[in-house]
Parts: sequence; structure tokens; C-alpha cells
Amino acid sequence: MSGNEQWVAFLTILTKEIRRFLRIWPQTLLPPAITMTLYFVIFGNLIGSRVGNMGGFDYMQYIVPGLIMMSVIQNSYGNVVSSFFSTKFQHSIEEMLVSPMSNLVILLGFVAGGMVRGILTGIIVTCLSLFFTELSLQHAGVTMLVVVLTSMMFSLAGFINAIFANKFDDVTIVPTFILTPLTYLGGVFYSIDLLPDFWRGLSMANPILYMVNAFRYGVLGVSDVNVMFALSMIAGFTIAGFAFSMWLLNRGIGIRS
Amino acid sequence: MSALVIENLTKTYGSGVEALKGVSFSVERGDFFALLGPNGAGKSTTIGIISSLVNKTGGKVSILGHDLDGDRSIAKRQVGVVPQEFNFNQFEKVLDILVAQAGYYGIPKKQALERSEYYLRRLGLWEKRDSQSRTLSGGMKRRLMIARALVHEPELLILDEPTAGVDIELRRSMWEFLTEINKSGKTIILTTHYLEEAESLCRRIAIIDHGSIVENTDMKSLLEKLSVETFVLDLASPITAAPFIEGIDIRLRDERTLEVDVPKTALLSDVFVKLSDQKVSVVSMRNKTNRLEELFIKLVEKNLPQEKTA
Repeated sequence: MSGNEQWVAFLTILTKEIRRFLRIWPQTLLPPAITMTLYFVIFGNLIGSRVGNMGGFDYMQYIVPGLIMMSVIQNSYGNVVSSFFSTKFQHSIEEMLVSPMSNLVILLGFVAGGMVRGILTGIIVTCLSLFFTELSLQHAGVTMLVVVLTSMMFSLAGFINAIFANKFDDVTIVPTFILTPLTYLGGVFYSIDLLPDFWRGLSMANPILYMVNAFRYGVLGVSDVNVMFALSMIAGFTIAGFAFSMWLLNRGIGIRS
Repeated sequence: MSALVIENLTKTYGSGVEALKGVSFSVERGDFFALLGPNGAGKSTTIGIISSLVNKTGGKVSILGHDLDGDRSIAKRQVGVVPQEFNFNQFEKVLDILVAQAGYYGIPKKQALERSEYYLRRLGLWEKRDSQSRTLSGGMKRRLMIARALVHEPELLILDEPTAGVDIELRRSMWEFLTEINKSGKTIILTTHYLEEAESLCRRIAIIDHGSIVENTDMKSLLEKLSVETFVLDLASPITAAPFIEGIDIRLRDERTLEVDVPKTALLSDVFVKLSDQKVSVVSMRNKTNRLEELFIKLVEKNLPQEKTA
């Protein structure tokens, strides 16, 4: 296939993915908007007013970047895992596998679809947060880079989950038992400086901590961790996820017999 | 140039099941080829490997001179596959399924829409273009898969049981359609359980059993191998005992019906003369079973006792 044909194939998957999540927007875009609004009202306004300052900012301002990042993570992951698994489940993945489209294009198409949903949800949550607090972008470049890399990384993670999933339960186990706890413990609602040494040390092993803090640095200019180290970690995980996904696709694991 | 060359194809699944044990055959360009075999013989595995849905263990597949391993992209472009099971997104609209499939082959949107309209019209699905595919009848879903397999205009079309569960009228119209596209130059490979379908459509045939090719020849030569053909004769008046003709096995099915085994060496006209001599008048005649069916059973039944003891 020529480069132009591969591009057409990529756009076909991407368009299909975007149309899919827009068509079912009450399941894809509305829930994070409602959930995050509740977080802003309960944790930001009601409880936050009694918490006081954190990291030099009022509590609402402090948690907003983490909540935006949380919605980006959950939606990038959720889009790819549900879409790719249902493609596998209905066997319509065979439409792609019989075509001359490369495995790279298949992967990029699904990952780009997940990234678009993750970033779009992030934008919606950011707009909603402006009803509750003021945000000033301190480092626009870092902010964009973190959002793009994080959405890519979790789209890849969703893809890997879908490859190994054999039933619908398998696509909910990871988000429920791994992703959500790691996100809550990833410094969304607090600074790890508040934790005892042992728990602070343990938190440093949580990859989501680096994403949340790097994004908070981009928006507020403060971070619990070294930002360059955080960006390197995110980039490293993304590259590893990409390489592993390509290896799975090339071996046909979970999709070819 | 051959449309398809398969050499020593082997497949052993992770469970240890040896589905293909060195399958080799070729299909000439423009041919209408039948690949027959009982359930579990290896037909779908062979088709799965040709269409890249199954990883082969060993062997070589070449499509219109392009090796499926070395020249994968060009080889895959030449093939259109109509699988046995419905494998499209049940919630997508009919037209969207075709346009997306064209897109996977790198065909730009405008051209994809034109081709989709052409094939949907030809297969009588244009009126359903905006319907969700799950709302289509079984026959319409099969036609949708044929349209989808043709939208990138492949040279080789592979159909795995295309008329399974399709009513007779629709089956006939699909046969006409397939004959028409075969005449336009496309090579067709067909697997089917309806042996009448294979006999009336295909010029060449391969029979696969237990992962090995047991016959590979043209339809005419294969049918010539039938040493005995069984006919059912409907009689003008009732009789009480089967008439006797030397060298011909005749059974009385009921008082107005005879079953006659006629060897290839005997003349059917002689049988009628001898029956007439015995005051037996025949009003109509038909084959007891499809001729290909008789051969097929003979070719694969030798494996049955082993299967029972396995």
C-alpha cells in the first residue's frame, strides 16, 4: 500500500472511532462531565472550603488539574478497550485483518480515536471547571505534551487490555481494580508531601502520580516530583506500550488463530 | 498465471490439533473452483490462511504470483473473502460498512461511495443502505458480505458456504450473480455443503479430508469416476416384484417405484427395452442422489471407521 493509501485507511478507522463515541455521547461524553461536576461541587466547594490551601493554592484550584487528567486517562482507556474488544467480539476485526492495511495503521487508528475522546473529555472538564475556579496556564507546552502523551499511553493500555480480553468482564476488571485506585492514589486530591515517608515512597511507584503532577506543573506551576523525570517516565511507558502492542499485533495474539 | 498456488500448507493449532497436513493445490485464473470436505476437514482453516485470519504453521501461499509472506500487501489486495459467519458490526449501517471496507484498502471516499452504490444495487441492497445491518434478513446479510468482499474489486473471490441458510430462490439468484462475475474474469473459490451447487457452478474441484487433499481434478473427470449411478423410476402401473435384468441391480421401493443401479458400462436405453419386455412401463426418472454427492461420500467414507475408533 502506498503512503497515501495507508493515510486513507488510518483516517477511515479514526473517523469511524470518532463517529462511534459521538453517536453514543450519553455513554461517552456526558458521564465524565456529570461526575467531574460533582467532584467540583463536593470536594472543591463544600469540603474544599474547609481544607484550606494546598501547595500554595486553594483546594479547588489544586484538584482541578488532577481531575482533568483523571478524565483524560479514563476516557482514553475506556474508548479503546471497549471499541477494540467489541470489534473482536463481533469478529468485524476480520474486515481489517484481511485488508492490506498494516498493523501499525490499525494500532494508530484505534489509539488516535482514544486520544481524541480523552482530550475532548479533558477540554469539556476544563470548561466546566471554569464555572468553579480560575485557571491560568503556567507552562502551555508541558501541559499539551502531558495530555497528548498520557492519552496515548492509556489508549495503548486499553488496546493491550482488549487484545487479552475474552469476555466483557475482562474489559472492566482493569479500570475498576487497577486504574481507579491508582488514579485516586496518584495525588489527584492531595500532595504526597502530606504522606508519611513509607507511603510517599510507595506513591512514587505509581505512574499516574507523574502524569498528574506534570500536568499540575503545566497548569499551576507546582509539582511534587521532578517534571523532567515525570515526562521521561510518561514517554518511557508510552514507548513500551507501543512496542508491546505492535508485538502483540504482529504475532496475531488474541486476534488470529 | 495461477490465481492461487498453495504448497505443502500445514497448520497445527495451539491445542495440538493438526488441521492441515501438507495441503497443495492450485487454481487457474478465471476458474470457478470448489473446495469440498466434511465438517472439520480443513476447508475453513485453508481459507483462513489465504485470507490472513489464521497463521500457518508451514508451507507457502501465492496469490496471482505474489507470495503471501514476502509480498503481503499486494497479495492481500487481490483477495476478497466472504466468510461463513456474519462478521460485520451489527450496529453499523449497510452503506457505512462498505465504505469503511473500501477505506481499509486505501480507496478514497468518493470512489468508495460510487463502488458501494454499484455493488449494493447489483445485490439488491441499495434500498437498505441506511438500515442498521442487524435489521437485515439472513439472505440480505449474506449478500452484504458478498458486496463487501467485492468493493475493492479483487481478482480472487473466496466464498465459504455462501448459500448456507439461504432460501432456494435467493440461492439461485446468487448462483447467477456468481456465474456472471466469474464470466467477467474473476476467479472464484467456493466451499459448500450443497454439492449440487458445486456440480452446477464449478469447473474444477478439490476434496479435502482430515487435513489432506484426497482428490483434485476437473468436475467432468471426477464425475466419470462414478462406476454406478442409481436412478429412481416411477412406474405407469403397480407391480408386485422387482423385474430381473442380468448385471443390473433392481430394487422395488414400493409398488410404483423402482431403484435401479446402472453401471457406467451399461446403456440406459437397454434397461428401458428390457423393462418394457417385462411389461414394466416407466413414466418418469430421476437420479437418486446428486452424482457428486455419491462420489464425495465414497471418497471420504474410507476415513470414517478410523474416526469412530479414534
